Amino acid sequence: MTEITGILKTAGSKRHRAEARFRAYGLIAIAVSLSFLLIMIGSIITRGSGAFHQTFVQIDVELPAEKLDPEGTGDPDVLRKARYGKLLKAALRDRFPAVKSRSDKKALYKLLSSNAEYTIRDQVVADPLLVGGTHAFWVRASSEVDQYMKGKIDSSLEESRRRINDKQLAWIAELQDAGKIEKRFNTQFFTGGDSREPEQAGIMGAVAGSAYTLLICFVLSFPVGVLAAVYLEEFSAKGRLNRFIEVNINNLAAVPSIVYGLLGLAIFLNVFNLPRSTPLVGGMVLALMTLPTIIIASRSSLRAVPPSIREAAYGLGASKVQTTFHHVVPLAMPGMLTGSIIGMAQALGETAPLLMIGMVAFIVDIPGGVTEAATALPVQIFLWADSPERGFMEKTSAAILVLLGFLIIMNLVAVYLRRRLEIRW
Amino acid sequence: MTGTNSATPILKVENGQVFYGDKQAITNVHVDIIPNAVTAFIGPSGCGKSTLLRCFNRMNDVIPICRVEGSFKLADQDIYDPRVDVVSLRQRIGMVFQKPNPFPKSIFDNVAYGPKIHGLAASKADMHTIVESSLTRAGLWDEVKDRLDQPGTGLSGGQQQRLCIARAIAVQPKVILMDEPCSALDPIATATIETLIDELCENYTIIIVTHSMQQAARVSQKTAFFHLGELVEFGATEQIFSAPVDERTQNYITGRIG
Repeated sequence: MTEITGILKTAGSKRHRAEARFRAYGLIAIAVSLSFLLIMIGSIITRGSGAFHQTFVQIDVELPAEKLDPEGTGDPDVLRKARYGKLLKAALRDRFPAVKSRSDKKALYKLLSSNAEYTIRDQVVADPLLVGGTHAFWVRASSEVDQYMKGKIDSSLEESRRRINDKQLAWIAELQDAGKIEKRFNTQFFTGGDSREPEQAGIMGAVAGSAYTLLICFVLSFPVGVLAAVYLEEFSAKGRLNRFIEVNINNLAAVPSIVYGLLGLAIFLNVFNLPRSTPLVGGMVLALMTLPTIIIASRSSLRAVPPSIREAAYGLGASKVQTTFHHVVPLAMPGMLTGSIIGMAQALGETAPLLMIGMVAFIVDIPGGVTEAATALPVQIFLWADSPERGFMEKTSAAILVLLGFLIIMNLVAVYLRRRLEIRW
Repeated sequence: MTGTNSATPILKVENGQVFYGDKQAITNVHVDIIPNAVTAFIGPSGCGKSTLLRCFNRMNDVIPICRVEGSFKLADQDIYDPRVDVVSLRQRIGMVFQKPNPFPKSIFDNVAYGPKIHGLAASKADMHTIVESSLTRAGLWDEVKDRLDQPGTGLSGGQQQRLCIARAIAVQPKVILMDEPCSALDPIATATIETLIDELCENYTIIIVTHSMQQAARVSQKTAFFHLGELVEFGATEQIFSAPVDERTQNYITGRIG
């Protein structure tokens, strides 16, 4: 019997080394990309988490009936018109009686957010029985105090080089000792609209704007995209024209998005005179941008439907339309929906075309419809990142987190729909 | 070479020619299909037997480069008359494919789909009757009656093929075309289908394309042998298998070509 040797792996062989090297390269590539992702998300979270909390100050405010509601009607309109700012300032002076000079008083008032008086107003209007007594209210601190409380302002710096002076620091310390200042969950950030004051700025206006924009985008691009794909794939002659259209659709998918913005500006705003800065126009522009993605995804999922299903339907005497809409389209639907949602997610993150059609405006009100001026999440991020106030820095990161959250939700929906609707054959 | 049966043929092909682009797939074929009998098309791969089969219900229409010439008649009506409604034609001439291809729907919906699109059932009860009788005729009712709402794709291969036959007969066709219906099935499932074909030919005209000469011999009354796009020999099955006239037929059935 001949002896057979050499079937054991020899660690030193050239082939073996090449394989080991290649595996190592792959692992390194994955490690590098993962660490970049972690660094990015980690830095956004550490910067942005501050925005979810907001410093509040408790203050005892006297609410004299003769100033708020002299006639004692309890009428909300009367209560709403009263001047709470003065009462609040008086309350601050009572809290810190040592403050005398005009400039110190000004510094004192700056401890509180400029909308603190409206917090009190709203509570009084909601409960008119408060009138006539002295009550403790938790009101929003100003952005500077908030930043200091979050440790973002270094008190060891020279006084002239920080946004908060020594006297203010002393007052804050006094409030801290009395337990009258604390950080709370910042609901305003999730429910409020934009503001020039970082402590009052909320994301809801942008979220609503993005939601309306995406709604318009989906309503326009999904049916048009799917029907175009169905026609091109199932009905049209597979000739030169079809190939020409296909090539051009592929090209359109690669056109920079700002070009669609310019198109929207030129056509929708200047020719059709649609209202500027609105989700309606934004959605239309994004629909143009998303259409190629949806058509490409829909065509490939239509192509993936086995021909035997079409034959089975034709063999039974189903017409082309019946075959397509009873059998082929339902089978292709999961793929079409996934493609569309991915297209939508792309549209959600798109800024450039929205800048072109004026969705970059500073808008405080939360839009109530598609024809009201609005901004969108990525544009809001852009606007906040551009603001000089320190307080907007954490808002920017927090808004990015919200945007990422929405993107993750949309992708999960895509995965869920694919699992749910997929019919195996 | 036409059949010599006295019955009036239900399908009649005269000078049938089929082209794929420039390539001629079928040359000058004459076939008469007699009603309520099984006709088998045999021949080596690529000889055009499936192509000819698909001419009867115009399934070739979907292939853009395919061109059909000659006269194809269903009971004296020209199948390729431009006025022909392909939908009604395919209702008269059903088809069963090589690979079982049930819709990814419930067993009930698979059978009910044809009657539904042709408006054959006036009520739900009607539809149920049609589904039950179709499944019964396809010999599948007893196996599936308790799980009609389950997907048709969950059945075994042989059951799926019988489901496809039930689906085809649910629209009450006159002719059923079968394109190698057993090639994806095991011998037991094949035997079941063959018995079924035997029973079905009382009520339907069946044309079956098969690669298995034993199958052709077992199930058919008439056999047509094709070679390179030509109809070489057409006659009673016993005659073809016991005393073929043409030398090529002789060679094929004895295994020398094909």
